[in-house]
Amino acid sequence: MSNQTTDTHVYLFGTCLIDLLYPDAGMASIELLQNAGIQVIFPPAQSCCGQPAFNSGFRSEAREVARKQLDCFPKSYPVVVPSASCAGMMKHHWPELFEGNRDEERAYEIASRVYELTEYLVDRLDYQPVDKGESTTVAIHSSCSALREMGVADRIEKLVGGLQQVTCVEQAYKSECCGFGGTFAVKQPEISGAMVTEKAASIRDTGAERLISQDCGCLMNIGGAFEKQGEGPECQHIAEFLLERSNGS
Amino acid sequence: MSESRNRILEALKAHSSEADLPSPPVYKPQLTWSKDEKLDCFQTMLESVHGEVHRIQEDQLGEKLAQLLKQKEVKRLLCSPKFPQAIYDGLNAIECLRYDRHISEWKEELFNSVDASITTTLCGVAQTGTLVLWPDREEPRLASLVPPIHIAVVEADTIVETFAEAISEGNWASQMPTNALLISGPSKTADIEQILAYGIHGPKQLIVLIVNNQE
Amino acid sequence: MDHKLGEEVNSRFGKRIGEALADPQIRRNFRNALDGVMAKRAEQFPDPDELWQLRNLDKAIRANSLHKLPQLLEQLEQQLTDNGIQVHWAVDGEEANKIVSDILDGRGVKKIIKGKSMVTEETGLNHHLEQLGYEVIESDLGEYIIQLAEEPPSHIVAPAIHKSRLEIADLFAEKFPDIPYTDDVDEMTHSARLILRKEFASADAGISGVNFAVAETGTLCLVENEGNGRLSTTAPPIHIAVTGIEKVVEKLSDVPPLLSILTRSATGQPITTYFNMISSPRKEHELDGPEEVHLVLLDNGRSAIREDDELDATLRCIRCGACINHCPVYVRVGGHAYGTVYPGPIGSVLEPQRLGIHEAGKLATACSLCGRCGEVCPVKIPLPQLINRIRAESNEAASDSTVRGHNSLRNQKEVLTWKLWSALYCSPLLYGLFTRTATVLRVLAPSKLGAWTRYRKAPKPAARSLHAMAARKGVDHE
Repeated sequence: MSNQTTDTHVYLFGTCLIDLLYPDAGMASIELLQNAGIQVIFPPAQSCCGQPAFNSGFRSEAREVARKQLDCFPKSYPVVVPSASCAGMMKHHWPELFEGNRDEERAYEIASRVYELTEYLVDRLDYQPVDKGESTTVAIHSSCSALREMGVADRIEKLVGGLQQVTCVEQAYKSECCGFGGTFAVKQPEISGAMVTEKAASIRDTGAERLISQDCGCLMNIGGAFEKQGEGPECQHIAEFLLERSNGS
Repeated sequence: MSESRNRILEALKAHSSEADLPSPPVYKPQLTWSKDEKLDCFQTMLESVHGEVHRIQEDQLGEKLAQLLKQKEVKRLLCSPKFPQAIYDGLNAIECLRYDRHISEWKEELFNSVDASITTTLCGVAQTGTLVLWPDREEPRLASLVPPIHIAVVEADTIVETFAEAISEGNWASQMPTNALLISGPSKTADIEQILAYGIHGPKQLIVLIVNNQE
Repeated sequence: MDHKLGEEVNSRFGKRIGEALADPQIRRNFRNALDGVMAKRAEQFPDPDELWQLRNLDKAIRANSLHKLPQLLEQLEQQLTDNGIQVHWAVDGEEANKIVSDILDGRGVKKIIKGKSMVTEETGLNHHLEQLGYEVIESDLGEYIIQLAEEPPSHIVAPAIHKSRLEIADLFAEKFPDIPYTDDVDEMTHSARLILRKEFASADAGISGVNFAVAETGTLCLVENEGNGRLSTTAPPIHIAVTGIEKVVEKLSDVPPLLSILTRSATGQPITTYFNMISSPRKEHELDGPEEVHLVLLDNGRSAIREDDELDATLRCIRCGACINHCPVYVRVGGHAYGTVYPGPIGSVLEPQRLGIHEAGKLATACSLCGRCGEVCPVKIPLPQLINRIRAESNEAASDSTVRGHNSLRNQKEVLTWKLWSALYCSPLLYGLFTRTATVLRVLAPSKLGAWTRYRKAPKPAARSLHAMAARKGVDHE
């Protein structure tokens, strides 16, 4: 892993969830990268990595949507994704999805340059977070994809740990799934509901002022539970949090 | 042979590729322990699972046995002819039984009125605190299993580092006995709320005497 | 339990989940038990490199066994026969049960003592033997408890894990009114010892499972802590072992690394109290041990599972239960909710294949794909990947699929939804129109989204999409 990157440009793959529901997380990702001197390209033809259909057992639909994305990254720049679950889909499942298919080679090639945002910041940019904010207490929830599929959950810990005015508190059962799981939340709503209810309670018990994650799916799930229950910390994507701390606002 | 046998094997063979997978390597954990380290590990591991361990010299066996049996209030001991008769001589009031009949002739008695047994061991395994037994006519299978106290004698020199070593050094593959047995502690269960309880079916107490052979 | 395991799995799954989630006692029992088991396992693997190497080795050993399965089974049969152990083959559970009862028939057998065996749960052997008038007694403490309670196991390693100490104390009090009530674990254990000792001494036959069957030497290996496995296979004059055909391993030297990872993964023990290796019946000069030993090799769908190059990894399983212990779904719904012999992640992969998608495919929906099961599997079965594959087999199987009942869960409404989704997300034009409409009309977004909003507020589209914001800020397009 080179800490002194020679990257001049990166592609940002914004993800469908961020596009429609959390665009501020996407813009913050772009701004963080730009502030670090990287030229960010946002291919306008992008939509979704195909994960929702893939995880529901509809692989041909997933493949068609994923295929459209392959055209978005023609140059050899890194593809930065502000979501570990979408990055995991692109890095690990695109090759599988296109196996034996005319796009197999392309899928492999793109997969090899996919980075989850915090992974990119730490591994490629050696990003040193700046903290101009007031002192605060946060809890971190890493997505299952960040923890296990991508194995990058230590990067968000490192980034938040580098903020001098921020204290990290740890919730019980920290590495356990929040219960989102894409269409799992729809197909098994009661189990998913039990999981998120307990996850929300364990985070609330820490007394943290904010919950930070690298995945908006988890934040939508846990944050939705906080709102429903009428109490809980504010939820924020790591990109927005880092940007806000560096601006001191 | 049966029709089902052929059906199963044919189905399996129809979906077998000719290509050979590379054979998995033989497992050899790299441990390099001195004799003392092996002994210490063996003892620590056994004690961690409620085994009672004593280190003795060869000529202390009879004395130690008498002392233990008295302390445990053993009245009837199932003996092994593999030890010199002398070790049983000092047991006085304790009745020494021999397992010299077929089990069907004295099953009830063995299950209900024998307090303890003593057996030899083939070897010990340091890494896991394990006794290896190869029961035979002189020390039948139930001898180490049915009485509530099992006293096992291990010669210090026989303790190897790992189970894998015991198998390869002892060339087990060419001479497997009717029953080969690894014992690591007294019988236990955690089937109620994961709480450990000892002596559910096998011995409640496992007493291991490590005999240091004087050189 | 309202139903026989393995029947109406799909149709009753939702109801069973609802019942389990509504029972706070069950949820506490599972959480407490599994927290302990997970911590004990973690303590056994302090060195990630050693774990990594051992998992790779054990995966290779199991893959090798499956690759050479027909040859190894023939070798196993030959060796066992040479050693004096009688070998029988059963295509399905019914045949296995019949083989067992035929062995016992006319031999004056009345009482049968059983060591723990999941394969005989699979075949429903106890029920079969009881119908023929035999008395069948489970001797593993957990199995004994659930036999008293007339329930199936809720976990493959710890069958009574769903019951609390107090529930078990009440059960003993009800079944054994002569024994004074106690909720002390040592005292309950002692009572069970006394009761079952009589059964061991008087049983006419013993039935057990097998953890590994060694082809090289013709050896049946059993892993246990209690001594009931040793007693069941030593005290009665007849011993019948029943095992799935996948349990064979090639060499005796394959056993130590498998044993090491099995006990550490299953219960967090460096080794179990007993490891029992049986290679023959009583020899003429020996004074105990069964005069007859039989091995029943059961297929029951396994050879079909092996036909698929991805799903065959299912058969590497050594039944440690680590995937189950670490599953955030299992810990909340427990084993009975699945309605199958094997619950949790391995059950959600194995049972839909064994019973067919039409019967049990829905189990694969009860998974958030969190990946913990795959992370802890000692033989590196890619469980999340296989669960995902079962979902694909349920809806859009390949034309050459060998999975029973593939595509039987495909429903037109869902198919249409995904077709529309695909059309929308494939076309930048339609997709742009969709996000623009959704963001502009965000106030109209539904505040109720079915079950989602029972537990959470509904998310609202942003005022502007990321596409719109990036364009407005002049972020490069290419």
